[in-house]
Amino acid sequence: MKQQAKGWLYLLPALIFLGVFMVYPLIDVLIYSLEEGYNFASQTRQGVGLGNYAYVLRDPYFISALKNTFVIVIITVPLSTSLALLISYFLSRITFLRQAFQTIYFLPYVTNTLAVGLVFMILFKKTAYTDGMVNVLLNFFGSPSIDFIEGPYAAKMFVMCFYTIWVVMPYKILILTSALASVNPVYYKAARVDGTSSLRIFTRITLPCISPMIFYLVITGFIGAFKAYSDEVALFGTDLNAAGMNTIVGYVYDMLYGEGGGYPSYAAAAALILFAIVFTITCINLLVSNNKAGIGGAA
Amino acid sequence: MKVTLEHLTKRFPNRNKKIHEDVVAVNDFTFEIPDGKLVGLLGPSGCGKSTALNLICGLEKPTEGKIFFDTDDVTELPPERRGVGMVFQNYALYPHMTVRQNIIFPLQNLKGKDKITKEQMEERAMTAAKLVQIEALMERKPSEMSGGQQQRVAIARALVKLPRILLLDEPLSNLDARLRLSTREEIRRIQTSTGITTIFVTHDQEEAMSISDLIIVMKEGVIQQIGKPQDVYEDPVNLFVAKFLGTPPINVFHARVAGGGLYLGEDRIADTKAPEGPVTVGIRPEGFIPDPEGPLACKLHRVEVMGRDISVVSSHEASENAVIRSIISSAESEVVRALLADDSKPPKAAEESASDDRIVRFKIRPAKLYLFDTETGNRLEL
Ligand SMILES: Nc1ncnc2c1ncn2[C@@H]1O[C@H](COP(=O)(O)OP(=O)(O)O)[C@@H](O)[C@H]1O
Ligand SMILES: [Mg+2]
Repeated sequence: MKQQAKGWLYLLPALIFLGVFMVYPLIDVLIYSLEEGYNFASQTRQGVGLGNYAYVLRDPYFISALKNTFVIVIITVPLSTSLALLISYFLSRITFLRQAFQTIYFLPYVTNTLAVGLVFMILFKKTAYTDGMVNVLLNFFGSPSIDFIEGPYAAKMFVMCFYTIWVVMPYKILILTSALASVNPVYYKAARVDGTSSLRIFTRITLPCISPMIFYLVITGFIGAFKAYSDEVALFGTDLNAAGMNTIVGYVYDMLYGEGGGYPSYAAAAALILFAIVFTITCINLLVSNNKAGIGGAA
Repeated sequence: MKVTLEHLTKRFPNRNKKIHEDVVAVNDFTFEIPDGKLVGLLGPSGCGKSTALNLICGLEKPTEGKIFFDTDDVTELPPERRGVGMVFQNYALYPHMTVRQNIIFPLQNLKGKDKITKEQMEERAMTAAKLVQIEALMERKPSEMSGGQQQRVAIARALVKLPRILLLDEPLSNLDARLRLSTREEIRRIQTSTGITTIFVTHDQEEAMSISDLIIVMKEGVIQQIGKPQDVYEDPVNLFVAKFLGTPPINVFHARVAGGGLYLGEDRIADTKAPEGPVTVGIRPEGFIPDPEGPLACKLHRVEVMGRDISVVSSHEASENAVIRSIISSAESEVVRALLADDSKPPKAAEESASDDRIVRFKIRPAKLYLFDTETGNRLEL
């Protein structure tokens, strides 16, 4: 008993901190989201209910943000993870210039998002003087210019996903490179004695051995992609609704501080919808990964 | 399958970048392993045993020399085409697969005309599992088994392909002392029942001596001696081999030859035809016969009773080590007991008295006495 009390005492500072900065705001957000017609200035409300949710779910801007977010998640998470896996696998197999490549691949990670955005502007944005480097290349191969920043939705989404993948990949490469290096090389020796093909070594030995790390990256990747916002701003500016490239977090932000903002109740409702989505997806991910670990995942 | 090595040499670039001289891990190996024998490759850590095994297995390419299995030159063949089964030091069982999956794994790699059906795989896996007596553990993961069981699985996995040669790298070093004893018997049993030519690597001389048909003693990449364990033990070619084999280890003395006699300090212990001058002498612990008239006078430290035999711990000025250990068989122990009784002390008490000035005299068995060149360590005629 006494031991337990002591334990709680030690935990107290952390608990207070968590309570003030995590639990209380969460509850507060929940309350906000249920207060209908809340007026920030006068601190009054018209009623309690799910009206805010109904409004948000019917708001075309929210629907568009939801769609964009899903597209980004579905395209970037699998692509960035598998690309990172491919790159780190080949990095682990070369010895020549390995360090140099590792540094190069890691550079985007330590580069500021907005600076990266600038680079992408140079690559993709049309200005008075040039159509952007990518368009110059396209023209060279005889294709007409595409306006990637203010043009068709597909072009904008392409740039968006390209950018997201480019930004998240270094971290994944870092994690996967160390995961690959941590696989006991004697497994590969044993497999070689048995004449296992490279492909089979990769799928039957390497992948299962690093699967916990892959699952970790997929789960955090999903969460990160659902929370996308700053990358969109870096590419398309702050008025994401006008660009048709808003995300859920962007919508929440706009509802709070944007030009049409000042609606904490709608923002809270949208934030909780996002929370519900991320929570569900993460649960599914964990279920799948636990199952996998049971059958063939690393012990 | 007979294994023949011809001038097999493996050099590695030095891991220490500052030293440009290559490491010669395996230096000019030339020997023949007869079909169906269990051979122990024995040497201290870092002497190139694993490298030698990897060369035979095909995981490493030799710098020079050739390897033959029977009459086939396999030097250039990749491991899977040599027909070898290998058991690694830490077993290298795939952690995410069950025992069954681990054992079947090599069979699933078979290609072309060697390909077999799922049923045949199951059958072969079961046969291998039965051989090493793990058929009850087929659905376990490696992490759910003891070291000894994992070891058996590793052997089963190596045997399931019906290899021509079985290679084991320090198969017992990860087991505790009791398991080590039983597992080595197990390896011997499996080897005998399959008749497969087996090479196993160890740094533990007792292990190698106890189960090998033939031992190969190596040091710093160079073969020192090849022979039946008992022959190598009784007739070592140099001081290294003599010191490496035997527990308790051989007793080494700085000695000198003068006037046809071999002197340890002032004690003339034997006649010799060796040339005059300093020599190194090795005497096996069982080479001492307690004898009140014996020529070698040692200071008695204590007597340890070990079951039937007793062990006398003493010291001598010419000894290289602090103490001399001699094993006296029960037949001769009477003299020691008498000696102890002389002092009218019960043996028990004598054991405990750490040291006193009593002298114990020994006669030396000529067959257990070896002369070595002090410079080169090579054996000299007595
Ligand atoms: N891949 C390698 N590169 C460089 N040196 C190596 C390599 N493998 C082994 N060596 C060196 O060769 C020597 C013999 O090693 P090894 O065969 O592992 O010895 P053992 O198995 O007898 O302990 C050691 O000095 C070791 O440092
Ligand atoms: Mg070794």
